[in-house]
Amino acid sequence: MRWLTITTFLPLVAVPILLAGRGMRDDLARGIALLVSLATFVVSLGILGRFEATDAGFQMVERAVWIRSLGISYALGVDGVSLWMILLTTFLFPVAILASWRVERDVRLYMTAMLVLECGVLGTFVALDLVLFFVFFEAILVPMYLIIGGWGGERRVYAAVKFFLYTMAGSAFLLAAILFMFSRSDALAGGASFYLPDLMQLALPVATARWLFLAFLVAFAVKVPIFPLHTWLPDAHTEAPTAGSVILAGVMLKVGAYGLIRFNLALFPEASRHFSGLLSVLAVIGIVYGAVVALIQTDIKRLVAYSSVSHLGFVVLGIFAFTNQGVTGGVLQMVNHGLSTGALFLLVGMVYERTHTRDLDRMGGLAGVMPWLTGAFLFAVFASAGLPGLNNFVGEFLVIVGAFSANTALGSVASIAVVLAAIYLLWSYQRMAYGPVREEHRSLPDLSVREVAVLAPVLALLLVFGVYPKVLTDRIEPTTEAVVRRVEPDHPIEAGPPPVSVAQPAEATP
Amino acid sequence: MIAQVVNQIPAPHIEWLPILPELILVGTGLVTMLYEAFATRSQRAVHLMLSLTGVAGAAYAAFLLWDWTGEPTVLAGAVAADRYAVVARLLLLGIAAIGLLFGTHYFARTPEHERGEFYPLVLFATSGMTLIAASADLIVMFLALEILSLSLYVLTGFSSRVESSEAAMKYFLLGAFSSAFFLYGVAMAYGATGTTRIGAVAHALAGATGSTALALLGFVFLAVGFAFKVGAVPFHMWTPDVYQGAPTPVTAYMGAATKTAAFLALIRVLDVAFQPLAWDWTPVIWVLAAVSIVVGSVLAIAQTDVKRMLAYSSVAHAGFILTGLTAANQDGIAAAMFYLLSYATMVLGAFGVVMLVSIRGEERTSLSAYAGLARRSPVLAGLMALFLLSLAGIPPAAGFMAKVSVFGAAIRAGHWPLVLIGVLSSVAAAFFYLRVIVLMYMQEPSAATVERGEPDGSAWLAGAGLLVPAAVTLAIGVFPQIVLGILERASVLTW
Repeated sequence: MRWLTITTFLPLVAVPILLAGRGMRDDLARGIALLVSLATFVVSLGILGRFEATDAGFQMVERAVWIRSLGISYALGVDGVSLWMILLTTFLFPVAILASWRVERDVRLYMTAMLVLECGVLGTFVALDLVLFFVFFEAILVPMYLIIGGWGGERRVYAAVKFFLYTMAGSAFLLAAILFMFSRSDALAGGASFYLPDLMQLALPVATARWLFLAFLVAFAVKVPIFPLHTWLPDAHTEAPTAGSVILAGVMLKVGAYGLIRFNLALFPEASRHFSGLLSVLAVIGIVYGAVVALIQTDIKRLVAYSSVSHLGFVVLGIFAFTNQGVTGGVLQMVNHGLSTGALFLLVGMVYERTHTRDLDRMGGLAGVMPWLTGAFLFAVFASAGLPGLNNFVGEFLVIVGAFSANTALGSVASIAVVLAAIYLLWSYQRMAYGPVREEHRSLPDLSVREVAVLAPVLALLLVFGVYPKVLTDRIEPTTEAVVRRVEPDHPIEAGPPPVSVAQPAEATP
Repeated sequence: MIAQVVNQIPAPHIEWLPILPELILVGTGLVTMLYEAFATRSQRAVHLMLSLTGVAGAAYAAFLLWDWTGEPTVLAGAVAADRYAVVARLLLLGIAAIGLLFGTHYFARTPEHERGEFYPLVLFATSGMTLIAASADLIVMFLALEILSLSLYVLTGFSSRVESSEAAMKYFLLGAFSSAFFLYGVAMAYGATGTTRIGAVAHALAGATGSTALALLGFVFLAVGFAFKVGAVPFHMWTPDVYQGAPTPVTAYMGAATKTAAFLALIRVLDVAFQPLAWDWTPVIWVLAAVSIVVGSVLAIAQTDVKRMLAYSSVAHAGFILTGLTAANQDGIAAAMFYLLSYATMVLGAFGVVMLVSIRGEERTSLSAYAGLARRSPVLAGLMALFLLSLAGIPPAAGFMAKVSVFGAAIRAGHWPLVLIGVLSSVAAAFFYLRVIVLMYMQEPSAATVERGEPDGSAWLAGAGLLVPAAVTLAIGVFPQIVLGILERASVLTW
């Protein structure tokens, strides 16, 4: 069974039906999209089932010649990092589709864009051929652009174009770098190739590798986003419709961080070491900057968007610490941020649907009106702020431990930012949920059954991964160890208890 | 006495098959012309059927040449009978067929502009184009260039609108000027090498021991002539006016076919005749490519008319194709051919949609006419989005693979700075393609554009003409190998 191919392209099954079905009832279109995305999730569980936790290399590899004349192959594979990205994607898409039940305009086109987007995102996580990766990487721009620009808020067109051009500008360097690597890969035993494991054998001159590292970095840094390339993000997240924000924050930002691990670290280990100081500093700036800017936001969606900048800073900090804890924590944080920020965007969307405002100053007292909704909100806020026992805590903890062992100063600053996160998140919750309730908000309805169905699985995972992160780390660690060993061959593998057992006792002492 | 002299001139042995496609095209052109002249009431459908039959016949004749086993050049070395010429002809004939379909639909909507001469002119122009791609002698190349140019001047001025006549005049004046350059270049090449045969020029230059200055000067003049035809900066001035002024089906046909034909001939001149001087001409092509890409992309941003925007984008695309040619090897030739194929399909498709959106004549070519198009006609908007994304080089459309192939060829030849210029300009270019998509998908239709044109029975012709580019754009974007294998075998030029 070609599990990876089937999972990746399964979402496309519904596209011809949706496009051809003129006059199709909107509910039917929604139902088809939901069904197909759920089926994709179920199939992706098959990948999890077949995954060998102890194997650090690529598994379930599928490889075929795609474009012989250009040396491009169709190569898919999964390892401990991409496994969880795939599952996060297949998990969040049905949630996002269910969350967009209220989309009334051009439902078929909207659902088509969502499913094409899912295929593209899955493709970026499984592709092992650089051109194939690039194809998916670029292809996801179009549906996301349409979703932001077609169904977003007031300044949606501006945000959509900005998003598209920023990302495309970054990927322009990536394409040039990929082609350049190919032109230098004649020296390989198997001849010129775009296949990642082949290119990892390529010995490039130090200066060349550093330039190529930077070219790859720009593409992924825009996507992550790493400070100072983050300016597209608040606009895109704020203007996108709820499901668009969920997918953007939950999945698409991970494409950037994933690209850093998959390509930058794997292809240019020396350059990664060389630039790790710079990137760690930028990551910490991003962490603090994102948190500080989030503090002063009154638009709750923008606040969550800036919190993403801060959280993704942790991911980058962890990755470039080059310690087992750091990288594992970074990957863990990618999953956790996807879930917790996804939940926050879902809840912000639900609040907005009711109050028709995102302005915190025009809310207040909602806890009395909608206890369940605000309760769920509080839960997500706690998770996002890194409360022990919930998922974000484990990842942030590991990242900070990893960063400390790499650079004490940066680790200290990053841990201060955790406090800032608690402040801006709890403060925003306070302004929304407590205080006097506004007159027009007195009769707002609480969560509907559909909304409970949207939120319950996400919130449940926040708890599960907080209490028992071992499910994740068991499969992530062999891969991250291999990554660290590749980048820092001389670095001693840390003795002592594995990172998870470092994290778990800490739950008891909040 | 005279008879004696005549007998001393060796009569060339004539191989008919290698020029059969052109003969069929010209023959059909004459038939349609006579039909127009003598039929009491000429029928559009008859014209179309006759012309398409001619195109199909020419395509079949070209197809037969794929396994040609005779001499590589025939008619005393004037025409090449290689696979390159076969692929070139098939591509150009395909473009012509779609152009004819578009034209017929256009006339059905605007009968006041209809003239039966459209069909023979397209056929004559096509015969010039196929001949220029197959010519193995600079003189034949010049003749073919004139055949196609003269037909296109007339086609440009075809409708009775003032803009159309103005465009034709401009095209004619500048075109005549560039023809003179081309001819001058031929003369200098002859002066330097004593021959006009492309293969013989190469032999002479390869064996040359003295200065190659004259030959290089000849090359520069030839390059000016070609740069004009393909619309490369700084010889692109005519493109926006001509693209905008010409009737849209003519723009579609001309935009796709002229560029293809001129590039195919340029490849033969560069990679055969002047191959020994590749070190000298590569920098020239490099600069032309870089300037065309940047200027074309930047100027297109400022356009408010979709035809002008596509015209400037065609300038940028000429730069991309030139990028492939800087490789000066078989890789580069195959890549450029693939780009030409992709570009031709995208541009035919895009102008096809423009024609359908403008409803009658050139009424609605401003960008504002595209506001809310996705609401009014989702299929048309979807097709336009596909072609625009392909032009922008977004996967999985053909334009992306085309860019990968030309950039790949150039970077392997060591021209990575040019590739960097190319990819960065693509981002600027994406901006103006996106603007149309924004209009189509993210804005409500304005009041002026809501009312639809009267339905007519010929829309299926244009639809059929659009379906082919759409299918090809997707097919060769996802599975480029289906054509790349053929193009690789066709990229070996015979001497």
